[in-house]
Amino acid sequence: MKVLDHLFYTESHEWVQFLEDGTALVGITDFAQHELGDLVYVNLPEVGDAVTAGKRFCDVESVKAVSDVYAPVNGVILEVNEELTDAPEKLNTDPYGAWFVKLGEVSGKERLISAEAYRSQTE
Amino acid sequence: MSNLIFETSREGRRCVILPSSQMHGDDVYNEYIRESALELPEVAEIDIVRHYIGLSRKAHGVDNGFYPLGSCTMKYNPRLNEDAASLPGFAHLHPLQPEHTVNGSLKALWHLQSSLCEVTGMDAFTVQPAAGAHGEFTGMLLINAYHQSRKDTARTQVIVPDSAHGTNPASAAMAGYEVISVKSNDKGGVDIDELRSLVNEKTAALMLTNPNTLGLFDENIKEIADIVHDAGGLLYYDGANLNAIMGLSRPGDMGFDVVHLNLHKTFSTPHGGGGPGSGPVGVKKILEPFLPNGTIIKENDHITIKNDSEVSIGRMRSFYGNFLTNIRALTYILSLGGDGLKEASKNAVLNANYMMEKLNDLYTVAYPGTCMHEFVVSMEKEKHEYNVSAKDVSKALLDVGIHPPTMYFPNIVHEALMIEPNETESKETLDFAIQTFRDIYHTAMTNGQALRDAPLTTPVKRVDDVLAARSPILIYKKP
Repeated sequence: MKVLDHLFYTESHEWVQFLEDGTALVGITDFAQHELGDLVYVNLPEVGDAVTAGKRFCDVESVKAVSDVYAPVNGVILEVNEELTDAPEKLNTDPYGAWFVKLGEVSGKERLISAEAYRSQTE
Repeated sequence: MSNLIFETSREGRRCVILPSSQMHGDDVYNEYIRESALELPEVAEIDIVRHYIGLSRKAHGVDNGFYPLGSCTMKYNPRLNEDAASLPGFAHLHPLQPEHTVNGSLKALWHLQSSLCEVTGMDAFTVQPAAGAHGEFTGMLLINAYHQSRKDTARTQVIVPDSAHGTNPASAAMAGYEVISVKSNDKGGVDIDELRSLVNEKTAALMLTNPNTLGLFDENIKEIADIVHDAGGLLYYDGANLNAIMGLSRPGDMGFDVVHLNLHKTFSTPHGGGGPGSGPVGVKKILEPFLPNGTIIKENDHITIKNDSEVSIGRMRSFYGNFLTNIRALTYILSLGGDGLKEASKNAVLNANYMMEKLNDLYTVAYPGTCMHEFVVSMEKEKHEYNVSAKDVSKALLDVGIHPPTMYFPNIVHEALMIEPNETESKETLDFAIQTFRDIYHTAMTNGQALRDAPLTTPVKRVDDVLAARSPILIYKKP
């Protein structure tokens, strides 16, 4: 299972990429997509919504089940990746490229774990 | 695949040739005249009969064979139920008939409500909701009405275990509540410490299924009830699994304030397309004033219809709910009696434990120990080691005429198969199913590809469920 070194992770299998302008992209990990199976629907939140670390902010549907996705950090949604609405399979084929949201006003990084820690959690 | 009914359509073909209308256009309000053709299939009666009989032969129901679909309680529907439901005094009523002409039917519904009170330990029932999730939604509105009536308006959260039926959080959300998930402990019950940390002045209710979706009875139910009640919340009982405890234990005695039942599960009325279902809701005294208008009540020894209560949550459905379904359930209750219901539950639990004991040397039971009416096995190990999934086992069962168990649920068990044999199956049927499960397991070890190719004998072979979910074709378009 792929774990990228330059990202941060949560125990609930989300990843965060901190961009240079202070914003952050959020997605689900390779491990998560593998466990969920083929994803068929993504229920995205709206731009402007505030998210709270550890609280659900969107959900994904596979042929097996609907699963919540939790916010890894606090923030405000600046952008949502509308591409996923028409192509949820991107979450399976390119989990680290298929971000859900771009967050601004990012805070509360206590839940995040390093790539190394996440790797050992999923092994 | 057979043709769609639309594909058999031929222009101008009819079942019945109606005489041309005596009505002129100006007899009808213009606003009701269709502007485009309806384009219903045009077929002869024999085509319709053959079409639907053909489909019915491709389907699998309880009348075809074993149907151990976990949490759905696919028990046999006694034909006596149909007999009672087709009595002209019930079957030929009009829903708008004046009350004094339907006394007998109101009495029958009252009798059903009273019986359900007795089985569940509740004080009052309504048989109006049309199915389980409708009952859940009704229950959530009742809980909201109760809190509002006490001016206790800051209760915005409903707590639901992570093993709950998906309808629980959905119903709570539909009623406007924020859903809070509480984890299961290592025994499959509610994690008491986490529950304690989650309840507060925002807690409107806890929704619980007991026995739960793992087929386990939560022994801590009294403590759970106290925790929620002490915080000012109410306890909601999802009655999907009542089939395990009739006559043995009552939600009302466990501390629940609201319950819904699925008559199409526990009380032997038809499921789904053959239904419709029925999801009566029972409450403790404190919630009775809020029951829907249209509920059957007894006033001064007179059975009548509750019509215009101001504090009621209002009507949840037109008329009297799914009336004839309710008559079927009443027939079932009266034909089994108190002792019979108790025996049904005991045998449902016995059958589940028998199957589990005969399979647990091969299949991994997710939460080992004595189960109630169902048990859950996990194919996670087999998936990793032999690339045989819960889905592959399910598809292989189709080839021998057994409906698969519920799969990939509850979510907390990976590669789950949830098996509920229920009490109406004989030992011979169970033994056949057990042998089939064992044979499939051995095939998984030796020839996994055979399972991944299944089913081979069904009218439709392995379907591409991913494609169907991503690009569903939901309407017929004329070529």
